[in-house]
Amino acid sequence: MNKILIILRREYLSRVRKKSFIVMTLLGPALFAGFLLIPAWFATMDDSEVKQIAVIDSSQLFLKKIPDTEHFKFTYAMNVKPEDFKKNLAQTEYFGILYIPPYIAYTPSGTEFFSYRQPPAGLIVHISNAIEKTIEKEKLKAHQIENLDEILRSVSTRIDIRTFKLSEEGTEKESHGIVNTVVAYVSAFLIYLFVFMFGAQVMRGVMEEKTGRVVEIIISSVKPFQLMMGKVTGIAMVGLTQFVIWIALTLILVTTGRMFFMNSLTEKALQQGEVYAQVASQTGNELSGQELMNRSGDLFSMLDSVNFPVLIGCFLLFFIGGYLLYGSLFAAIGSAVDNDTDSQQFMMPVSLPLIVAFMVMLNVMQNPDSTVAFWFSIIPFTSPVVMMARIPFGVPYWEIILSVGLLIVTFIGVIRLSAKIYRTAILIYGKKPTWKELWKWMRYGNN
Amino acid sequence: MNILSARQIDKQYGSVKVLDRITVDVPQGSIYGLLGPNGAGKTTFIRIANGITAPDSGEMLFMERRMTLNAAVHIGYLPEERGLYRKMKAGEQALYLARLKGLSKADARKRAVEWFEKFEITDWWNKKVEELSKGMQQKLQFIITVLHRPVLLILDEPFSGFDPVNTELLKKEIRQLRDNGTTVILSTHNMASVEEMCDHISLIDKSRCVLHGKVSHIRQTYKSGEYEVGFEGDGKRLEEVLNAYQCTVSRDEKHPRKIKIYAPGKTANKLLSIIISCVSVTSFNEILPSMNDIFIRSVKRN
Repeated sequence: MNKILIILRREYLSRVRKKSFIVMTLLGPALFAGFLLIPAWFATMDDSEVKQIAVIDSSQLFLKKIPDTEHFKFTYAMNVKPEDFKKNLAQTEYFGILYIPPYIAYTPSGTEFFSYRQPPAGLIVHISNAIEKTIEKEKLKAHQIENLDEILRSVSTRIDIRTFKLSEEGTEKESHGIVNTVVAYVSAFLIYLFVFMFGAQVMRGVMEEKTGRVVEIIISSVKPFQLMMGKVTGIAMVGLTQFVIWIALTLILVTTGRMFFMNSLTEKALQQGEVYAQVASQTGNELSGQELMNRSGDLFSMLDSVNFPVLIGCFLLFFIGGYLLYGSLFAAIGSAVDNDTDSQQFMMPVSLPLIVAFMVMLNVMQNPDSTVAFWFSIIPFTSPVVMMARIPFGVPYWEIILSVGLLIVTFIGVIRLSAKIYRTAILIYGKKPTWKELWKWMRYGNN
Repeated sequence: MNILSARQIDKQYGSVKVLDRITVDVPQGSIYGLLGPNGAGKTTFIRIANGITAPDSGEMLFMERRMTLNAAVHIGYLPEERGLYRKMKAGEQALYLARLKGLSKADARKRAVEWFEKFEITDWWNKKVEELSKGMQQKLQFIITVLHRPVLLILDEPFSGFDPVNTELLKKEIRQLRDNGTTVILSTHNMASVEEMCDHISLIDKSRCVLHGKVSHIRQTYKSGEYEVGFEGDGKRLEEVLNAYQCTVSRDEKHPRKIKIYAPGKTANKLLSIIISCVSVTSFNEILPSMNDIFIRSVKRN
């Protein structure tokens, strides 16, 4: 037992001291925080740029009918041929040209937008909404209804759906689909990444010992099983260390970032609210600026709808379980081969379930309670990734317990089989192993 | 007492028999040569002696008990294929491997420092192994093998990769260890060093032990009546007389006063009396066969 600790210590220290580890550990949270904060940052940044758009309206219906927004300003060009304008677009300050054909009211096609850069999705939606609304209004006008504007204003509605998730205990919780999806994706992806990354480290470590011929000296002192377990657990500790540091640093960065950006976000929400209120009064939409502010101010508080203690606890359980399962398989592969090329033929089938799990996970995020999601989150080889994708949406505890239980039983079995291959294979050189031989080694009774 | 006794050891890999009823007794405090051509099964035997693998049948006794991996902490093993962690520092590596043999950290450090000084590689304590020269790596590996003061040392080709000066240093250390009570098993193809160092040998060929015993005994049994004689007088006449007694004579032009005689079935006294009758003798030596010749003859015969 003591010897496993000595091995674990070496495996751990030799990796933790590496420059690449230190760089990755410090840089990781910066990247994560970046993912979380950069969109917010962009939101505050973007304001300054207002895109000018020239409207060439052959139908003469839309003069001043397309409302300006904080990002887009529409200018109406009269008596210009779109072809001429297109030629000179680069010399003007305009971002793009909107061309509206003469008979727009009678044919849906023919409206065109020209620009050098890809127009933002919001712009096109904004334009088509405005055009549709205007045409609808024109058509309604043709019916000669009295007090039309008043009627229209009174019928104009806007709804805002808030989604709640009911639990079996009878409580209800406001759910935020997007936040859950992001958290699900990030945690499932991290499990996938960690299991692969550290599993591959186990394999490389075993191969290094084998090809470097150190292994012969070591197993004249310790049992191959001790060596394998020391290595596998040592690298697991490296993974956990990295994870814990990442979590801590990310929390620090996000909290700091939150304090910093919160002010500008609130401010911006207020501005946005005002702008929308203006726009709303023009287009007939009624949504108070106050309400809008509440929505964007929620950005961070939405994160609170995720049960982070359960999430992190499960992450650790499934990481350790999944890693031990795959790590021991990778150790067996590393022991069986003595060069990288040979390792490929075994890597593929072993990592296949993990890749399948990843693909299923992408699907599960759309539909976290489907039958596929259930089964793949129970089957041990895919459960770490798939279950992590489900947990942010809420999973009954019995399913988690069943999944973890099966995972534990499986990795104990797999570790024993791997150890059997390992102790025979680690001393065999110069021979490209076959599946048949691996099977044979697995069944050798005693050394 | 025999420190290591192999009793009728069999080992088979698949359908290939690697060791066939091998029996070897290694007396305590001796240097024991384990000889054999490549692929004879020596490495497998050594692995069994180390407790790394177990024999299919038969017994490996270490200090009169059945060999286990736990007992292997009293063994120091220098494998033929040398290997260390290339990225690890020399000193750290010595400590790590010594601790795996059960040494405390403080003991390991103290002894490692002593050995590093003895082999004059103290300056390389903090260098990574990959930065060391081959000779220095070999020294480090030897230190690692002996650091935990094993009672039995198993050295597989210990002199390969050493220059003559360091080979002598190593031989001196090995003899020193033997004199202090350590038993040494030396597996080597270098027959000169076998003659020079080994008290006993076993020769394994094609998975069987074909020859074993004390080196001096073996050379006596393999002697075939070869002598080297220095003389003053008429060499030509001596040759004629010897030929008449059915002795074969070979002469070396560079040494006209020396002669080699192949005289099967004649005692030294008889031969001397013949020679004395012709010339005056200045030296008379019986030539024992070299271990090299014995090795080649045994393997060919097998």
